Amino acid sequence: MMHIVAICGAGVGTSGILKVNAERALARLGREATVTASDAASVQTAAADAQIILTSPELVHAIGKTYAEIIVVNNYFDLDELAEKLEEALS
Amino acid sequence: MPLPPLPDAAINLHAGAGDWRGAVRLAGDALTEGGFTTEAYADRMIEVIEEFGAYVVIAPGLALAHARPGPDVLRSGIAVVTLAEPVVFGHPHNDPVNVLIGLAVTGTEEHVTTVAELANVFNNADSIPALAAAPTAERVREILGARAAE
Repeated sequence: MMHIVAICGAGVGTSGILKVNAERALARLGREATVTASDAASVQTAAADAQIILTSPELVHAIGKTYAEIIVVNNYFDLDELAEKLEEALS
Repeated sequence: MPLPPLPDAAINLHAGAGDWRGAVRLAGDALTEGGFTTEAYADRMIEVIEEFGAYVVIAPGLALAHARPGPDVLRSGIAVVTLAEPVVFGHPHNDPVNVLIGLAVTGTEEHVTTVAELANVFNNADSIPALAAAPTAERVREILGARAAE
């Protein structure tokens, strides 16, 4: 199963919203993946087996080295933006 | 699963903030007035942004101010602040901000239902401008689908 990690600074709140809406966008695309939420400090462990990291433009620099594809999300509530970016990363 | 109760004391409409720190402090004040946090929580919400940047501005015009669970969180809850004059947080796409949701949680798991409900509300793109224009606390609760008390 594909693993997608949503990252925020504190690990509560914004990453949870990103996780919920990523799951909705995946459902819309008819794709399956495990989506988890984590914070920037533990991204290296949380995303060790992840194929995709979802985050804010402000947090890209905090992620460091990763083999995962990083998707930068501007509007966490815009399912069109999320679905478009996820579809591109999954294709 | 509805949002946690949102009492009038946790709602501050068309307030003057000056800058983003002032705006986050207003969200902290509203959480404290609502009985959810002590005053120290506002400082921790500001520290999160100082450390990680303006990522809390998660949609155009909207900041979700929050920090990790801690002893300054008395019970989980949200607060709503709207600003008379928007402030800049430094987000590359979503500035300026005129609506803040303050979020306080006592544990990392229990926030999940609250944020899922917030996602439901804000997946409707009209919700942010509607909140910004809301004239009364009652209207804010109506937009969010929240109750005033348990």
